[in-house]
Amino acid sequence: MSNLRFTEQALSDWMRSGGDHSEIVISSRMRIARNLQHLPFPLLATTEQSEEVLAQLAPVFPGEAAGELGTFELLKLDELKELDKKVLVEKHLISPNLANDSHGGAVILNEDESVSIMINEEDHLRIQCLFPGLHVREAWERATAIDDIFEAAVNYAFDDTRGYLTSCPTNVGTGLRASVMVHLPALVMTHQINRILSAVNQVGLTVRGIYGEGSEAVGNIFQISNQITLGQTESEIIENLHSVVAQIIEHEGNARQRLLADSALRITDRVMRSYGILSYAAVMELKESAQRLSDVRLGVDLGILEGPSISVLNELNVKTQPGFLEKLFGDEMTSTERDMFRAKLLRETLGKQH
Amino acid sequence: MLCQECGVKPATLHFTKIVNGEKTEFHICESCAREKGELIPGTAGGFSIHSLLSGLLDLEGAGKEKSAATKTTQSLVCENCGMTYSQFSKMGRFGCSSCYKYFNSALDPLFKRVHGSTGHVGKIPKRAGAQIMARRQIDELKQELLQSITQEEFETAAQLRDQIRKLEKEIAQE
Repeated sequence: MSNLRFTEQALSDWMRSGGDHSEIVISSRMRIARNLQHLPFPLLATTEQSEEVLAQLAPVFPGEAAGELGTFELLKLDELKELDKKVLVEKHLISPNLANDSHGGAVILNEDESVSIMINEEDHLRIQCLFPGLHVREAWERATAIDDIFEAAVNYAFDDTRGYLTSCPTNVGTGLRASVMVHLPALVMTHQINRILSAVNQVGLTVRGIYGEGSEAVGNIFQISNQITLGQTESEIIENLHSVVAQIIEHEGNARQRLLADSALRITDRVMRSYGILSYAAVMELKESAQRLSDVRLGVDLGILEGPSISVLNELNVKTQPGFLEKLFGDEMTSTERDMFRAKLLRETLGKQH
Repeated sequence: MLCQECGVKPATLHFTKIVNGEKTEFHICESCAREKGELIPGTAGGFSIHSLLSGLLDLEGAGKEKSAATKTTQSLVCENCGMTYSQFSKMGRFGCSSCYKYFNSALDPLFKRVHGSTGHVGKIPKRAGAQIMARRQIDELKQELLQSITQEEFETAAQLRDQIRKLEKEIAQE
């Protein structure tokens, strides 16, 4: 089978521009869950029923251009190589659930990978739109427009009182999960993070680390998203998220300035050490590389380092993941080999910047 | 202390599990812990949103004596996909959109706990939702009407009243 376009590059094209508040906000994501009338949810669907769902939804977005979003392409999960699935998960283009557990699963991606439409995941249809930086409103505008296109063609399971019906009771109503990925090294370093995160939980939002279901945040990158989907309008959910994230940006910004004012030498030393280790180490575990990349990113944002660019750092966050390393250096490696290749990749990318 | 599972390695993980007020203590080593992933919160594939939810769903059944009402709830069946409420409360997921109808009597308390409310106020599908949209618009207009009456803006009130009548007529015709 030919190489898959979507797994060649570590960084999706939509990620190449920074977006608003890109020194703290990495990306904004909007996900809408929808289901078709009469057919059982994917969990209970038979093979024929899953095929029926795919047959109804797949033709809605044709292969040809759809306005500014470019060409769309449909990928069936059972026709993909395991490694390609892994990379799509690492790029957040599909969920682990779609990659591993779905039957009749498929994904429709557009050219710059800013739109990912999953079919037969936990729900029949999951529309996902991504933007760089803080752009939750724009992401919602795009997602709801795509939703309208589907709704014109198929019958959704919708109830007068409960709203859009979903497989999991935590999604019912709007079916909307709005999330923002933020890099908060200064709040972590100054031990303010837990206080802020628990405050966030009290206003109906949840926080978790990226790459993993647990709450541990790898590389100080956190994902903040709404928890409530029923009883609030979409714009309430989005404005709530937006205003909380705006406050977190302010706190992180203040904490960074204070670090720079109170302990400039210590923070400069930390950034430079991490940059040095990433540029010269021979073995590098994922956890360490994530932490060191976070230090370097902070260094760039604070003007301690001139390069690498944020886009190179974003790319490295994806490239240092296990699946992508296998993609770059060959299938089937031991964890030691993986740590070695990760170090090699980092040396070659960051070493050039000197 | 040695791991209570394998009895070979030293126990490095200590935690207490409380189910229905019953405390169980665990002292195990890391490799046994990994095998028993489902026991440990935060480990992959273990403590998922669904297991948390099923805890919530089963809340009513957590007491020692199950009430008659709980028994009736547990025996609810979706006539479309065949899922029972007790299966739903174990899996934390509905089988099909009709489950919402057949389990309806049990859902208000659940949604209240998860979302803090029971009714949708957001987007409505354009094609299927024209009626709902009109009804919502009428509700909004009625609110405005009340407000304009209390503020003694009777001209506006009359206009609103006519608008409401027109919309109600349209709905009746469909």
